[in-house]
Amino acid sequence: MPDLRFTKDHEWVLLDGDVATVGITDHAQSALGDLVFVELPEVGREVEAGEACAVVESVKAASDVYAPLAGKVVEVNQAIIDNPSLVNGDPTGEGWFFRIEPADVSAVAEMMDQEAYAAFVETLS
Amino acid sequence: MDAPLLETPLAALHRKLGARMVPFAGYSMPVQYPAGIIAEHKACREGAALFDVSHMGQGTITGTDAAAKLERLVPGDILGLKPGRQRYTLLLTDDGGILDDLMVANMADRLTLVVNAANKGVDFARLRSALGEAVAEWPDRALLALQGPKAAAIMAPLCPEAAALPFMGAVEAACGGIRTLITRSGYTGEDGFEISVAAADATPLAESLLDAGAVPAGLGARDSLRLEAGLCLHGNDITADTNPIEAGLTWTIAKRRRAEWNFVGAGAVRAMLESGPPRLRVGFRVNDKAPVRAGCPILAADGTPVGTVTSGVPSPTLGHPIAMGYVQTPYAANGTPVEFAVRGRMVPGAIVPMPFVPHRYVR
Repeated sequence: MPDLRFTKDHEWVLLDGDVATVGITDHAQSALGDLVFVELPEVGREVEAGEACAVVESVKAASDVYAPLAGKVVEVNQAIIDNPSLVNGDPTGEGWFFRIEPADVSAVAEMMDQEAYAAFVETLS
Repeated sequence: MDAPLLETPLAALHRKLGARMVPFAGYSMPVQYPAGIIAEHKACREGAALFDVSHMGQGTITGTDAAAKLERLVPGDILGLKPGRQRYTLLLTDDGGILDDLMVANMADRLTLVVNAANKGVDFARLRSALGEAVAEWPDRALLALQGPKAAAIMAPLCPEAAALPFMGAVEAACGGIRTLITRSGYTGEDGFEISVAAADATPLAESLLDAGAVPAGLGARDSLRLEAGLCLHGNDITADTNPIEAGLTWTIAKRRRAEWNFVGAGAVRAMLESGPPRLRVGFRVNDKAPVRAGCPILAADGTPVGTVTSGVPSPTLGHPIAMGYVQTPYAANGTPVEFAVRGRMVPGAIVPMPFVPHRYVR
C-alpha cells in the first residue's frame, strides 16, 4: 500500500522523494458526483498550504481544491482536463491533479493516514 | 440554529434507492441517486424519469368566485381557464415583482395550485390575506413528476385518463387503483405528468412507476433539465425584484388582463410594457469548457459590463455549458457575443434563443 496522507479538505498526498503528488479522495469524488470540468494551477506557481489552486465542477456546482502543502507546482495532469471523469473513476491513481515540490516535506508526515482519514470521514455522516 | 429538515412522504424510498439527500427549501431532498445526475438527466431525455417534488406547496381555492378572486393577485386569465385545464401564472408584489410562479388548474369544483417550496409560506399568507377562507393548503399530499418521452407509455396502463390528456390538461382519476390528480405538465421540456397523491399512497404509486421503467431522478437533474428547457427557477432567474416584462414572461399577461390592468402590481407591469424593459432575460451558449454559474458578470465584446448570469449548467444534452441571465436591452439580440468573467478569466459566449433543447410537449 502506498503511504497516502490526507487533509480535512479531502485531498490526498503521496510523497515520493522530494515531490508530492496531490489529488482528491474517493469520498470527495463521490460527494461531488460526475465531474465535467477541471481547472489546474499553472506549473511554476508557488502555493501556500490551504490555498485554493484548482477547481472541479460537477453538473451541479463548482468546488475548490486546496494545496495541501506549501511549495511549487511542478507538474499538472493534463489527462483530467481532457477527461474529468478519470477523477471519478480512479481518484487516487490516473485521476491525480498536480505535483508539488513541498517547501517542507516533513509536513506530509503530520497529515492523517488512511485510518485517521477514514475515521474523520465517519464523523461527517 | 436552523429548524430540523422536513421529509417528504417518499423519504424512506429515497433512502432505499441510495439517494444522496441535501437540504432544500427546508426539506431533506434527493439531489441524486447512485446513477448520477448525468445518467438521470439522460434517462429523462431518452426514457422516463421520476422526481419527488412533494416539497412544493399544494393548495385549493374553493367557492363560485374562486377564479375572480385569484385574478386579483395574478395576471393570467383564470376566469377563462376551462375545467380540466391548467395554466402557468405569477403571483406579483405591489411593485410588479414576481413573488412566485405557480400552476393553477381548474378542477370544476375548485382551483388547485402548485407553488414553489421555498415560497409556500409567503404565497399562502398572501393568498389568504386577499382571498380569506376560500384558500387552503392541501395537507398530507405528495407530488410526483413522471417526465420523458416514455412517460405516456408508462402512464397508459395505470391511468388511461391521464395518458389521454392534452398538454396542460388535468384530471382526477385512479392511477394503478390509487386516487390522484394528474396534470400533463412538468419542468423538463419533455412530455410528462405531475401526479398529486395522498401522502399515504405516495410510496406504492412511486414504486409502481419505477417498476414500470421510470428511473429515479433528483433535484440535480431537475435543475439541468429545466435550464436546457429555458424554464425559470424562482429565486434565481425571477425574484420579487424582477418584472415579468424583463423576464420575458409578457406572454403570461392575458389579453383581457392587459385591457383591465386590475391585478396587484399591474401599474409597474404596464409601465414597463409601455416604456420597454431596461434589461432582458436571455439564454447564453458558452463557447468554452468552463461552466458559467449564477452571479457571474457578463461583459460586452468591448468589455462593458452588461449583466449577470442567474443560472448556468454544463448541458448534459448539448455537451457544452449553457446559461441564463439578464443583459441590458441593447445587448439582448440573439447572436450578440459576450464574455463571462470566470475566476478572473474571460470565457467567450453568445446570446442564443431558448429553449436550448427543443420542448417535446404532447400536442
